Amino acid sequence: MFKATITVQLRPSILDPEGKAIENALRSMGYSTLSNVRVGKHIELSVDASDEEQARAIADEACGKLLANPVMEDYSIALKEI
Amino acid sequence: MSNITFGVVVFPGSNCDHDAYHAVKHVFGKRAEFLWHKESDLRQSDVIILPGGFSYGDYLRCGSIARFSSIMKEVVRHAERGGYVLGICNGFQILTETGLLPGVLLRNRSLEFVCKHVRLRVDNNDTAFSCAYSAGQLLSIPIAHGEGNFYTDDMTLAELENSNQIVFRYVNGHGEAADAANPNGSRNNIAGIVNRSGNVLGMMPHPERSVERLLGSTDGSGVFSSLLSTITGSVPVSL
Repeated sequence: MFKATITVQLRPSILDPEGKAIENALRSMGYSTLSNVRVGKHIELSVDASDEEQARAIADEACGKLLANPVMEDYSIALKEI
Repeated sequence: MSNITFGVVVFPGSNCDHDAYHAVKHVFGKRAEFLWHKESDLRQSDVIILPGGFSYGDYLRCGSIARFSSIMKEVVRHAERGGYVLGICNGFQILTETGLLPGVLLRNRSLEFVCKHVRLRVDNNDTAFSCAYSAGQLLSIPIAHGEGNFYTDDMTLAELENSNQIVFRYVNGHGEAADAANPNGSRNNIAGIVNRSGNVLGMMPHPERSVERLLGSTDGSGVFSSLLSTITGSVPVSL
């Protein structure tokens, strides 16, 4: 059994108005050293697979079909045996 | 003509399904059927309407979960056979997630939910959904969405433009697609597009909410009368 931690991010070419709004709020709080705020999703799930390669293949397929939309998002998968 | 059936799909969270049903049945006097998302029978519908709302709570991404419902498998088959599909608001989002239409609807540029009447221009009146309008006609139809910011890459955008798939655009009072008239940040002020074969249309504005004078505008009625005249081969009648 593996625990998959999936991060879904808007692709760099796509404007992230939510990130911008947060950045503006941070700036108004005085955090002049913070910039480039991007908001994404963090998804955790368990994968029943015999090895890491199989677990990655299953998680990757789920990302491609449902968890991320390739038109606007990129994703990354981190796996840990549990 | 009275046998034409509109199937209105109902997902958990749909909230414009009754508006669409009302427009079809009580304003146009046609058969309308509600189709629950778990069903897999389109009940011989000629036109499928994917209504507005927040299907499955808009979880994950708008329209992403609706795409995998039983009824959508049949809707995709219907579209592939050349059947008509009209996606309004959340229905448009579902069509892009399903891949029946290109692109995606992102969060509005302003981050605000925008609910107001907008000015649209009919840029292609040679479709089954817009033939009752004249080319360049200006319409007043309401929008109500938080994620209506149409985005696609440059290549797909050029394809949409070149093959005349952009049916409705947000414009100002002079009919110009100006940035100030763009309520959500959509690329090229796109409000509604049709697929290559012309049988699937998605639009963010709500034509079903502007079919009665009592509601302030009848400009949306052309979408329904276009479909009716296309299916029966008759001349479109305006309300």
